[in-house]
Amino acid sequence: MASSVRARRAAGPLFVAPFLVLFLLLFLAPLGYAAYLSLFQQRLIGGTVFVGLDNYVKALQDPLLLHGVGRVALFFVIQVPLMLALALLFALALDSGLLRLARVIRLGIFVPYAVPSVVAALMWGYLYGPDFGPFAQLSRMLDLPAPHFLSEGWMLGSLANIVTWEFVGYNMIILYAALRTIPQELYEAAAMDGAGAWRIAWSVKLPALRPALLLTLLFSVIGSFQLFNEPKLLMNIAPDVISSSYTANLYGYSLAFTGQQVNYAATVSFLLGLVIVIASYAVLLTANRRRTP
Amino acid sequence: MPSTGSFPSSSSLSRRLFLTTTGALSLGAALTACGGGDSGGSSTSAKPVSQADVDKAMKTPTELTFWTWVPNIQQEIALFEKKYPAIKVKAVNAGQGTPQYTKLRTALKAGSGAPDMVQIEYQAIPTFTITNSLLDLRPYGASALKSTFVDWTWGQVSGSNGEVWAIPQDTGPMGMLYRKDIFDKHGIEVPKTWDEFAAAARKLHKADPDVYLTNLAANQVAAWHGLLWQAGAKPYATSGKSDITISVDDAVSRKLGAFWGGLAKEGVIGVEADFTDSWYAALNKGKYATWLTAAWGPVFLSGSAKATAGKWRAAPLPQWDAAKPSSGNWGGSTTAVIRSTKNPIAAAEFAKFLNSDPASAKMFATEQFFFPATKALLTDADFVGDAPAFYGGQKVNQLFADISSTVNSSFQWPPFLDQAATDWTETVGKSLADHTDTVRALGTWQSRLTTYAKDQGFTVKGS
Repeated sequence: MASSVRARRAAGPLFVAPFLVLFLLLFLAPLGYAAYLSLFQQRLIGGTVFVGLDNYVKALQDPLLLHGVGRVALFFVIQVPLMLALALLFALALDSGLLRLARVIRLGIFVPYAVPSVVAALMWGYLYGPDFGPFAQLSRMLDLPAPHFLSEGWMLGSLANIVTWEFVGYNMIILYAALRTIPQELYEAAAMDGAGAWRIAWSVKLPALRPALLLTLLFSVIGSFQLFNEPKLLMNIAPDVISSSYTANLYGYSLAFTGQQVNYAATVSFLLGLVIVIASYAVLLTANRRRTP
Repeated sequence: MPSTGSFPSSSSLSRRLFLTTTGALSLGAALTACGGGDSGGSSTSAKPVSQADVDKAMKTPTELTFWTWVPNIQQEIALFEKKYPAIKVKAVNAGQGTPQYTKLRTALKAGSGAPDMVQIEYQAIPTFTITNSLLDLRPYGASALKSTFVDWTWGQVSGSNGEVWAIPQDTGPMGMLYRKDIFDKHGIEVPKTWDEFAAAARKLHKADPDVYLTNLAANQVAAWHGLLWQAGAKPYATSGKSDITISVDDAVSRKLGAFWGGLAKEGVIGVEADFTDSWYAALNKGKYATWLTAAWGPVFLSGSAKATAGKWRAAPLPQWDAAKPSSGNWGGSTTAVIRSTKNPIAAAEFAKFLNSDPASAKMFATEQFFFPATKALLTDADFVGDAPAFYGGQKVNQLFADISSTVNSSFQWPPFLDQAATDWTETVGKSLADHTDTVRALGTWQSRLTTYAKDQGFTVKGS
């Protein structure tokens, strides 16, 4: 009896060990190393010196970093609600069973997610082209002013469009899967109470979707604040609009690989991580508060 | 390091291992000795390697790794391996230009994974000598090659204390490719001076609003540097290890800034990013009547704008002073040896052979269509006599060979090229694209570079 308890106690850590080892090796160790790096400054002349929290003080006053974070925050506020609303709409439409060719449509909306974001950005970069892009050519044929998708004013919207195109399908699948798990009895009960299709969507499906929505929202927080691939690729065709500090993540990359300021880049990454943790936590907190009024 | 004798499978093998290891060890010791012992006079080069050492090294079975993005370089490597059967060279494509430098820097920092030899562009050499990553090739007999190469290319690979950091491979003296048909149609003469060029730009765009005389890409700092070079600017000068003079907004630079900024603002030239789909389409469709490019441009263009075959011609760049023709360089590469190599003799011999052996150098010109860096090839009848139909039978190589002799030989690069390039795009390039004040943007570029250099511990002098 006692020995079997002891064996069970020993089994616990053993089962957790593989996870813990990987977690330590692949997550905590690099994090710790980055934190360590961020306390130093390495210069081309004079080598490496310990500077304490100087890098953090500098970063918090760095207008390039603040602008980068501000830009992705704006991106998050506008793009994410739009994308999730679209994903929700598609998921509800598919789930309603009223669509013809539902499987084809589902696949069609999901396919962009399967396209690597690098390819997506290149493709959209071509479509956006001010001279030979199809939109520009079409508007020229109609004697309309060509849209300047790659200009300073439009760029954030153009990026948001690419990201939305890529991720609507992904979020839709998560929401759709959650919809399929709602027990049939609830619908029957709602129908017995005289609820129509809209009423069921509003009062039964949406509340049941809350955990899935929260999940997609969290993913979107992280995705938005780490925006990198799309601006990095559009940078080649619009170098005057997308600077090396356009998003916070891009700034960190440029610091490390262009400016050889690895330590400062570590600081910037660390601060960006902190911003994401705070934003995620804020999302969770507001969602939980609403659930228990 | 080879694991000496840890698993000696046979006595003969272990003996050979032992010999090669001790060879490497004594050489390593010799290198550290001169590395540590030069505190007295840092300019004195290490003792030359004796011919006996070279012979021995070239007969010792060795594998060398060479990072390069030259397509089909296996052909040239085969020539080397035929001459030195004991040496095997493994070519690795680690990306072209900046991506390769990023990987190289990472490998150097990590202390492992760096190659023995590396392809490196002229402008990137100081970025790697500041970190002590390249091997001075003087002790390995590189100085003897000085007269083989065009003078200005040798200036580009030489350090401030006379070091030889790399061996030139190919070059890109700048010239102008132009559409003869468009020029003829609008009665435009080939501009000889920049003033004539500006007048032609206005005239052409007025005659046909869909056509621009040229495109000065707002993302192409290399072209800007080339034009600065032509104008006789000295934007960067390093002296000693930590002193740098930055003058990217001096009088010459401002002249250039006012000229190009003015044309961009007037809207008579294009400023779109180059080497993009849109840019290729523009060249094919005749949106731009000239391309200010380098000696590698003619072959490149004939592959990228096939639709326009026969319509192009080549000419020297327009001049600031027609009496004293000059040009700058854009592009071209060298072969350097990484300091951490365990086989410096073989690696240096490879770098020398690859670029100075007549057969190998000629192969670069005929197979890869590189524009040569050796004096011999620039007077080679086969090479300069080539008359491609794409340029209406014009002897384009001869023209660029003549231009090569007008390239100024004292232009220097900063020890932080990537930063200079990024800062240029975000200041000067942006002003061109946005049609704002380019001269003012030069000032911003200057101050951003100065701040960066000071942050990196340099003593900054200059305007």
